[in-house]
Amino acid sequence: MESRRGMDLARRSFLARASMVALGAGASTLVVSRASAAVTRPGDIGVIQTALALEHEGIAAYQIAGKSGLLSPKTLKLAMVFLGHHQMHRDALAQLVSDAGGKPVEPKTDAQYIADLQLGSLKTESDVVALATTLERGAATAYISQVAALSEPRLAQLFAGISADEATHWATLHNAAGTPIPIAAFLFGR
Amino acid sequence: MNSLQTKRNRLLVIACLLGEVLCAGCAMAIEPAAEGHTLYQNQCGGCHSVETNRIGPRHRGVVGRRIASVPDYDYSPALKQLGGVWTPSRLDLWLSGTQKMAPGSRMYLALDDAEQRRLIIAYLQSISGTDGSK
Repeated sequence: MESRRGMDLARRSFLARASMVALGAGASTLVVSRASAAVTRPGDIGVIQTALALEHEGIAAYQIAGKSGLLSPKTLKLAMVFLGHHQMHRDALAQLVSDAGGKPVEPKTDAQYIADLQLGSLKTESDVVALATTLERGAATAYISQVAALSEPRLAQLFAGISADEATHWATLHNAAGTPIPIAAFLFGR
Repeated sequence: MNSLQTKRNRLLVIACLLGEVLCAGCAMAIEPAAEGHTLYQNQCGGCHSVETNRIGPRHRGVVGRRIASVPDYDYSPALKQLGGVWTPSRLDLWLSGTQKMAPGSRMYLALDDAEQRRLIIAYLQSISGTDGSK
């Protein structure tokens, strides 16, 4: 009962927190302005669009999980921080595409993300954390892989920075689940 | 020890040796797909899933499937133009450099490590129910 009440409170605070993450959006402005002048080649715009689609998916996963009532207040608080990071990544990437004269790729519907990520099968907080860990690992690796496809070093720098954010999310979730850190080095991108 | 016991013991040793050889063969057959699964999760899992379309199309049955043929996935024109079937050799070419094989496609990956490509393709074959020769 106590736990249920906690989750209800957490759910109510979800929307308030979700609006607060917008406050951090200014942090990405500098990053975008540095990289924006570098985006001239269609190939680079294509890579950014793929990354943007990845961020849309991450945002949807955290938003849907945040509203599910499955997360304890402590985990929800962490999820909201990560959600904010993904929203800032999204805004930075979308800005780059717009500045280059492109149309940023749109997110899918929540229903599509629920089907794509099989979110309906999540029953516990552990399920959510396990999925988030997998997605963050995939995202960190995807950014590393895509660096090689970029023609501009400033964009590569931006992608490396985003990958480091995803890796931090992965490590935090990994630790929260009590999973030992892998012994072999080169945890991502191989 | 009589001769019958000696023969039995010899047969037992031969059976054990044969068993070890067969088991080693099994392990060699299973290993690439198992190793490939881990690599698949790390290298492909950011955008792909086995059962559902995400950023990229689902991979169940990809080996032996016509290129750009998952009905509910929106492929790029570049991929639609490729034609043909995903065989292990075409997947190897694809993973070597997606933009070289299909310039303008939405996937940007170049896996330089041939062994990694081989293991990932072995895993994709294992979820395709085909040896990929067709």
